[in-house]
Amino acid sequence: MIPASFDYHRPSDMDGVIALLKEHGDDARVLAGGHSLIPMMKLRMAEVPHLIDLQSIESLRGISINGSRVTIGAMVTQHDIINHSELTKVAPIMRETSLQIADPQVRYMGTVGGNVANGDPGNDMPGLMQCLDATLHLVGPDGTREVAARDYYEAAYVTAREEDEVLTAISFDAPSGGYSYEKQKRKIGDYATAAAAVTIQTSGGKVSSASIAMTNLSDVPVWSEAAADALVGTACDADAIKAAVNAMLDDIDPTEDNRGPVAFKRHVAGIILTRAITRAWDRA
Amino acid sequence: MKDLNEDQVARSANLKGMGCSRKRVEDARFTQGKGNYVDDVKLPGMLHGDFVRSPYAHARIKSIDTSKAMAVDGVIAVLTAADLAPLNLHWMPTLAGDKQMVLADGKVLFQGQEVAFVVAKDRFIAADAVELVEVDYEELPVIVNPFEALQSDVVLREDIADQKEGAHGPRKHHNHIFTWEAGEEAATNDVIDNAEVVATETMYYHRTHPCPLETCGSVASMDKVNGKLTVWGTFQAPHVVRTVASLLSGIEEHNIRVISPDIGGGFGNKVGVYPGYVCSIVASIVTGKPVKWIEDRMENLMSTAFARDYWMTGKIAATKDGKITGLHCHVTADHGAFDACADPTKFPAGFMNICTGSYDIPTAYLAVDGVYTNKAPGGVSYRCSFRVTEAVYFIERMIEVLAIELNMDAAELRRINFIKKDQFPYQSALGWEYDSGDYHTAWDKALKAVDYEGLRKEQAERVEAFKRGETRSLMGIGLSFFTEIVGAGPVKNCDILGMGMFDSCEIRIHPTGSAIARLGTISQGQGHATTFAQILASEIGLPADSITIEEGDTDTAPYGLGTYGSRSTPVAGAATALAGRKIRAKAQMIAAYLLEVHDDDLEWDIDRFVVKGAPERFKTMKEIAYAAYNQAIPGVEPGLEAVSYYDPPNMTYPFGAYVCVMDIDVDTGVQTIRRFYALDDCGTRINPMIIEGQVHGGLTEALAVALGQEIAYDDMGNVKTGTLMDFFLPTAWEVPNYETDHTVTPSPHHPIGAKGVGESPHVGGVPCFSNAVNDAFRAFGNRHTHMPHDHWRIWQTANKLGLHG
Repeated sequence: MIPASFDYHRPSDMDGVIALLKEHGDDARVLAGGHSLIPMMKLRMAEVPHLIDLQSIESLRGISINGSRVTIGAMVTQHDIINHSELTKVAPIMRETSLQIADPQVRYMGTVGGNVANGDPGNDMPGLMQCLDATLHLVGPDGTREVAARDYYEAAYVTAREEDEVLTAISFDAPSGGYSYEKQKRKIGDYATAAAAVTIQTSGGKVSSASIAMTNLSDVPVWSEAAADALVGTACDADAIKAAVNAMLDDIDPTEDNRGPVAFKRHVAGIILTRAITRAWDRA
Repeated sequence: MKDLNEDQVARSANLKGMGCSRKRVEDARFTQGKGNYVDDVKLPGMLHGDFVRSPYAHARIKSIDTSKAMAVDGVIAVLTAADLAPLNLHWMPTLAGDKQMVLADGKVLFQGQEVAFVVAKDRFIAADAVELVEVDYEELPVIVNPFEALQSDVVLREDIADQKEGAHGPRKHHNHIFTWEAGEEAATNDVIDNAEVVATETMYYHRTHPCPLETCGSVASMDKVNGKLTVWGTFQAPHVVRTVASLLSGIEEHNIRVISPDIGGGFGNKVGVYPGYVCSIVASIVTGKPVKWIEDRMENLMSTAFARDYWMTGKIAATKDGKITGLHCHVTADHGAFDACADPTKFPAGFMNICTGSYDIPTAYLAVDGVYTNKAPGGVSYRCSFRVTEAVYFIERMIEVLAIELNMDAAELRRINFIKKDQFPYQSALGWEYDSGDYHTAWDKALKAVDYEGLRKEQAERVEAFKRGETRSLMGIGLSFFTEIVGAGPVKNCDILGMGMFDSCEIRIHPTGSAIARLGTISQGQGHATTFAQILASEIGLPADSITIEEGDTDTAPYGLGTYGSRSTPVAGAATALAGRKIRAKAQMIAAYLLEVHDDDLEWDIDRFVVKGAPERFKTMKEIAYAAYNQAIPGVEPGLEAVSYYDPPNMTYPFGAYVCVMDIDVDTGVQTIRRFYALDDCGTRINPMIIEGQVHGGLTEALAVALGQEIAYDDMGNVKTGTLMDFFLPTAWEVPNYETDHTVTPSPHHPIGAKGVGESPHVGGVPCFSNAVNDAFRAFGNRHTHMPHDHWRIWQTANKLGLHG
């Protein structure tokens, strides 16, 4: 658990970050909260001759709310999210999810950007961002660009972000209606055995629109359009929920690990989604 | 005991002696980051060692090329077996009478095995150089299943392939280590063959690991000018380490000083001798510089001593109305690549023959077969006396299975089979003499405290509601009644590598009435500095706050066998009390002289000697201490010191009654512990607060083991649970609010009646949690499921029983 030697950089603005990335190419990686990258370096599974720490870049730290449009800087921590009363008011699912990530010590350091950008299938924010149809803001040598969270994840640790790009913020329209983030894990600090992010809008006692995304049940987060569609026009009765679960099960592709075999994960995914939908519906 | 007057009450309270919840004196430094652990030892010019470890579970080593590593600036040496062979240190003896490779000698036998030891100027250079050592392996067939090992043509231990006789008798196969038996085989088979009812079950007690907060490590410093070797290390038995180091190295024992500094938890993991210790010592002797070795968490989990890994098959015989008549137990014990169990030498399966438990079972037989596999060596007693957790788990599961067979309540089945109070001292069928117990009183108290009948009623209602489809949650009631066997042990049958398992205490009273006492044990978090001072305070009448307790430095402490198996209070605690009594005996002579009366005219009164019938005439211990050093007393040597070596006449047998109430989500396998009640009887209670802390800690480790903690291997011998992501360590979040209770049944043979408590909650807790899970499914036909009961395995149980619709 001793990393190979590396140079440590701590630029004070994004221009500095981009310049370093340009200079060192594949030899450089940016560091946010460090909960993924530092263990990988200690295990010598990631060799990073140039580590670029983003801690000193103030522009990455803000949470801004403009009407229903929410923009969260990449270096905002889960702890910040949990304690941001205005954000909790407009998008309470952010707090509900953050409270289910690891433990307070991790949340003091763990950032939204690190959680979203890395493409780790175990992370909770990618599924949530897909559920919320968030936009990811990237900056690189050629300027800025935006990528939809639903288009960002390609495979485990493989994303639409180029090597010399940095995620600077995420933004989304705060959903109205009911919401839920439901997660089963073996213990505090563990990744999900299965987790579900659900938002539901209603009209006249029926679901008018919904969004459903699942965490750690494939090598990428799974936004299940078919599962959400199965709810639209229903009152979230048992049959509708069952249809949504079946649709979701067609979209996930879990693998066996120490959390259990595939059959167990698929079963739990169905239970967790059922509970998430039920809670979101109750809140809608 | 007569009632104390107001003055006596005040003087007694001032001592903070036995029975007082004195705050832990250690915690001032621990809570402020001022502890002194082995990794805090920093010496001028100190070098750092790191291991090249095998990625394979079984492979031949064709070559090792160290040249690239040696070329790194700052690398001082790279040791391999070839370098250690001339010193005859490439192998070392284990505590179990086997031998173990220090560095891989021709082949590797488990993943994570030590292959080469890099020594460098700093820790980072050492880690870099480890990457550059090139080892050419030829993979060999891997065996991770002990039953397969006993059938396989693959020879794991080529070094002893032809040895028909092992350290503990004949070997049946080249992968077989020993067969150990206790009790009467023919008589037991006869009872079982003719019994009205027999219940049979096979249970796997999975491999796990003690995982102390602080990993293992050592710093060795060879002073070549003076010929002195000093070794700081994570040693639960520093004096034994010194003796072993002397025997191995040829350095005379007086020239070796072993120091166990503060230790961040042991739980059995720090009893054995590891290759890292040996390599740091050899490297220091070779380089003449201090060498530090500290393992990381993954190394700790992969390579240092594991616990359990017992396949146990039981047959229990009873009459139709539930009186147990016989017990048969066979164990296939997976010891990994080397037999490095840390047990008293004559007990290769520890005290597994306590497996008749708390029950009056007239006839019994136990046989244990030890087997080699391609897993890490070890077999330590993780927070229990030697293999007692396995034994108690076995009998407490067998009782539950028998209750199912008899269609009887498991609490009642226990009650009608308990050893009765008037049967103590009790001779068990497997050879132990239980010292004291009052099981019925403890059991009744426990069942009443939890409203056992009410719980069963609620459980039955829950089952009905479940069947009606009104709930998806089931309720389990876990019961366990355990008897521990601790305080090893009588020298006549307990030794480690020939060294009798006595322990010791040496006391010096200072002239102003304070004291230092040194013991042969070593605290790893148990709070010895607090509790042993309390024993002494009560014995010698000086305040505990005026008594320093010191352990762990072999140059200053008297010889002792260390701390494990809950032996500190039963053995060293007894030595402390007896040394204190020697002090008091001399103090009485001094007081008699000062008061100008005969010795027999004095009586002891809390902190002083008083002339009988004249309470105004007395000498306090403080006064006596001053006189001992400063007044010429005819016929009495100056000074006030004593030493006592205590060879216990018997083990002690703490016991307890535990109840766990658990809710289980049938759909997800998630268990929630609603309630956990723990009644412990550890005899005389020295510090109730520390006992309670021990119970909380031991129960939490029991919860971990029962509900998820394991060292799992795949078929290739790869460790699947090598980090804390997968190796379950519970946090405060997963732990319930424990309710603690007690009864007090003193040990009749111990000077203060104390029995030891540190491991009881683990021993009793594991079957209690496991029984709760199994009990939840009893109404649906479940008999037994293996631990660990993590979510997916519980889900699987429900699934197999058809509870998922």
